[in-house]
Amino acid sequence: MKKLINHVDTVLAESLHGFAAAHADIVTLDPGLQFVRRRTLKRGKVALISGGGSGHEPLHTGFIGHGMLDAACPGQVFTSPTPDQMLAAAHEVETGGGVLFIVKNYSGDMMNFQMAAEMLERDNETVIINDDVAVENSTYTTGRRGVAGTMIVERIVGAAAERGDGLAALKALGDAVNKSTASMGVALTSCTVPAAGGPTFQMGAEEMEMGVGIHGEPGRRRVKLTSADDIAAELTGAVLKDLSLKRGQEVVLLVNGFGGTPLMELYVMTHAANKVLAAAGIKPVRVLTGSYVTSLEMAGCSITVNAVDAAMLALWDDPVHTAALRWRM
Amino acid sequence: MIHDQLIRAATQILIDHVDELTALDQAIGDGDHGLNMRRGALAIQSKYDELAAQSLNDALKTMGMTCMSTIGGSSGPVFGTLLVTLGKELPAEPQAADLARALDASIKALTRLGKAEVGQKTLLDVLEPVRMLLTTSSEQGAALVARVRQCAFDSAEATAQMDATRGRSSFLGDRALGHVDPGSRSMALIIGAICDVLLAAR
Repeated sequence: MKKLINHVDTVLAESLHGFAAAHADIVTLDPGLQFVRRRTLKRGKVALISGGGSGHEPLHTGFIGHGMLDAACPGQVFTSPTPDQMLAAAHEVETGGGVLFIVKNYSGDMMNFQMAAEMLERDNETVIINDDVAVENSTYTTGRRGVAGTMIVERIVGAAAERGDGLAALKALGDAVNKSTASMGVALTSCTVPAAGGPTFQMGAEEMEMGVGIHGEPGRRRVKLTSADDIAAELTGAVLKDLSLKRGQEVVLLVNGFGGTPLMELYVMTHAANKVLAAAGIKPVRVLTGSYVTSLEMAGCSITVNAVDAAMLALWDDPVHTAALRWRM
Repeated sequence: MIHDQLIRAATQILIDHVDELTALDQAIGDGDHGLNMRRGALAIQSKYDELAAQSLNDALKTMGMTCMSTIGGSSGPVFGTLLVTLGKELPAEPQAADLARALDASIKALTRLGKAEVGQKTLLDVLEPVRMLLTTSSEQGAALVARVRQCAFDSAEATAQMDATRGRSSFLGDRALGHVDPGSRSMALIIGAICDVLLAAR
């Protein structure tokens, strides 16, 4: 294992301190490291709280700020945070509007957030993200996994919360965005969890894992590496098949790097995905390319398509100011 | 009281087997199960003096809450709920029948929490056979303890075949076949360590 770390036991804490220092204008770090919160809270606004295992940066802490999250609870690498973290975050950032939890569909996250939601003595709702079309019932999930589509939900619901929408409306919007969002990914290499010290899985030099999860979990099948066009065709094709969109549908396209793939290749994949969309008569009205929901240093990417209506698109375009996503402010 | 010995043995066995649990989880999951269990075990060991002074019931509840707040992932709520439920349900001096009843309540609580059922390659596939054995066995004392120990290890081993028979995780194909569920293995290790202390105390 070759990593820029001091000790495996201090990676998370030191990374959180660094993050807080780098984005001190936007966030503050809880002294107990239970959560990261927005520096300035808006009174009465529904508090958006997400979280999950670490190792997916910038998700979730990088999406704290105006137009997105109010707090995020970082767990150990690829391990759900614990209920006391979510409770501490909720008590800190809830200002009268209630709490909306945004949770990726993994057994661990579901159980820990559910426990927190039951213990929290304030109005709260939970939106569950399950946009990964690759597999049903994976090793650590019942149903589909939540992956890169999470950031799209956080962005659109975050914008609606910012303009003052209530808890019930935000829950309904979050569910609707999740339902209209689908993703699938491919891995070219494994990743190494610092504390594990070695690669999560073994893969041949010429192989790829089609449908991989964001923790390096197995996908649909292990096959020989093919061209960017072929990979984009399979990923985008699977996503479009799941959403069964009509020709002319407007979408947000997200080409998301897993951490070890350079932007140059992500742009090749963006171009390739665009060709697939064009052939299917789908209109990518917004395109976002970058590493937003990562799997440590895993090479590969995912393609996410979010079918939008005019209202969702307007929310997507609203001002946002977070460490990882910023426009119009 | 020997519950302080039980706690020491049940946590140490997880720490000693961290590499094996990591390897099991790397085969079919994200590879963090061993590290998460070790973190919980170390947190419990750091409260050893407090736990040794508590009643069995209170010690179980304290350990359960410690699991929930330190392990994370699915193992935190699962092992936490198991321990807290046992702490609520067991009498101060439990016999085999009491343990069977408390395990029944725990299995129901875990089924609600994890929306999993027996046969789906989870630690329920160790707890349920052990509960059945405690309910139906005519044996007592050391013979029963030895049988429970064997039952736990055999049941964990049997989870290796569950993907293929259930069709769950069928996308894994033959990559999942033959791999023991890491949570079930942890459960068996804990039960085995407890049985070893009970056998040695006789």
